[in-house]
Amino acid sequence: MLKINNLNAYYDEVRVLKDICMTAKRGEITALIGSNASGKTTLSSCISGIHEKVKGKIEFDGKDITNLRSDEIVEMGLVQVPEGRLLFPKLTVRENLELGAYCKRSRHGRVQRLQYIFNLFPRLEERQKQYAGSLSGGEAQMCAIGRGIMSNPELIILDEPSLGLAPIVVKEIMATIKRISEEGTTVFLVEQNVMQSLKISHYAYVLENGIVKAEGGGNELLESEEIRKAYLGL
Amino acid sequence: MEQVIQALISGILSGGIYALISVGLALIFGVVGLVNFAHGEFLMLSMYIAYWVYYFIKLEPYESLLINLVLMATVGYIVYKVIMTRVLEADHSMQMLLTLGLSMVLQNLALMLFKADYRNVRIDITTDVINIGFTNLSTARVLAFIVAIGASVALYLFLQKTYTGVAMKAVAQDGKAAKLMGINIKKIYGQAFIIGTMLVGLAGVLMSPMYSVFPTIGANFSTLAFIVVVLGGLSSIPGAIFGGILIGIVESMAGYLLGPAYQQAAYFLLFILVLIFKPSGIFGRE
Ligand SMILES: Nc1ncnc2c1ncn2[C@@H]1O[C@H](COP(=O)(O)OP(=O)(O)OP(=O)(O)O)[C@@H](O)[C@H]1O
Ligand SMILES: [Mg+2]
Repeated sequence: MLKINNLNAYYDEVRVLKDICMTAKRGEITALIGSNASGKTTLSSCISGIHEKVKGKIEFDGKDITNLRSDEIVEMGLVQVPEGRLLFPKLTVRENLELGAYCKRSRHGRVQRLQYIFNLFPRLEERQKQYAGSLSGGEAQMCAIGRGIMSNPELIILDEPSLGLAPIVVKEIMATIKRISEEGTTVFLVEQNVMQSLKISHYAYVLENGIVKAEGGGNELLESEEIRKAYLGL
Repeated sequence: MEQVIQALISGILSGGIYALISVGLALIFGVVGLVNFAHGEFLMLSMYIAYWVYYFIKLEPYESLLINLVLMATVGYIVYKVIMTRVLEADHSMQMLLTLGLSMVLQNLALMLFKADYRNVRIDITTDVINIGFTNLSTARVLAFIVAIGASVALYLFLQKTYTGVAMKAVAQDGKAAKLMGINIKKIYGQAFIIGTMLVGLAGVLMSPMYSVFPTIGANFSTLAFIVVVLGGLSSIPGAIFGGILIGIVESMAGYLLGPAYQQAAYFLLFILVLIFKPSGIFGRE
């Protein structure tokens, strides 16, 4: 569904992604794990069309999206829930969610989808009239995920959804991500929380300094000596 | 006492126009992030359109309103496409130099084409008055006030209540997030720029029966609109509306109490005081 081929990305002249090759299969959860500054967010930006300096090829659904604009990519059914949520702070929760359905592909059925999201996160329904800027971290993440789903995506990229959340909330979010995947949306999960994300993912890539260091099935990596030492401190 | 009230009313009426000029500037600054020093020149342009249409085909400014707005929208579109899109990601200083340059080009173009003459649209409404009991008010000014405030409030409601308006606010609050939600932000920028240009164009139409037009008329109003926008908290539409009325009142009261020479000085003083004591603007939040 998503195929990345020999991707290189730069900030000015500094190369932060080096010959990345990855695929994410339809219906699966594919995880991208790696420590700080390994290039995860840069990769997400490249896929979503908001990173300027890119070399290589990104294919989505068999089509080359490397040089498309971000709105064209969303229109094709690929959406990103960015790191740090990036909600519109002075719009209400409901307005944030409604804006998720801005692209044409999502105009149809947006009412039902809003209902679906309130179903997924009942707390958002209670807080729908509140400014998004006043939400707690967990609620904000729910709102950001909900806003992403409003676009009716086939593939959703989640960049560090667990960032800054209490362990119990992380569990809740991870369970929701699993549910979203089971209900038919392909998930590309970018995480530093290696344990939690490997547990729910079918396949995973490990990024280190802009290079794919390892890859394999979620459970396979969880059991690998190297990963346990480097990322889980075991 | 009656004269004080008269000065107050007069200030409020002028303030309506200032508000209308300023909401356009605030919208462009808030959404596009552009500081447009050529805003006043757009006012000049619309006043010249009103004048020449009246001169050649005897359509009064209010009658040529639609023609005027369509032309102003076209101007806004061309300026945005040809000039502004090149500096959207540039430094603020670059943008300012560019819009400042544009304002000079437009001023000098007007000077070359139309000469420095003061030109007036003298029509019935220019001298009509309405009596409101104890005093007479100029019909043109009352009408201008009503339309100006109406348009400013309509802009506010558009941003508040319509889907496109909310998308504009979203772009203003977080452009990157807006992009990721599938909003073509350059298109939204263009729309905001055109709406801002049309609003100042409308102000030009409303002013035409009352003010003479000449090549540098925009400069005064650019400065004034900047002061209003800063007082109002930069990108706030209600702030610009109240700021405009406030400046109108300050200007008029200073003129009445201290003499016409102090009108501009009074609002500049207010501006400086606000910058010192509440830089986020009188109506702005922290
Ligand atoms: N705007 C920028 N300008 C210059 N360099 C940048 C910029 N953003 C990121 N970098 C650099 O690119 C590298 C990769 O950063 P990136 O944000 O992609 O990492 P990450 O894996 O997402 O990290 P984190 O887990 O902290 O979110 C880092 O070395 C970072 O310093
Ligand atoms: Mg990151």
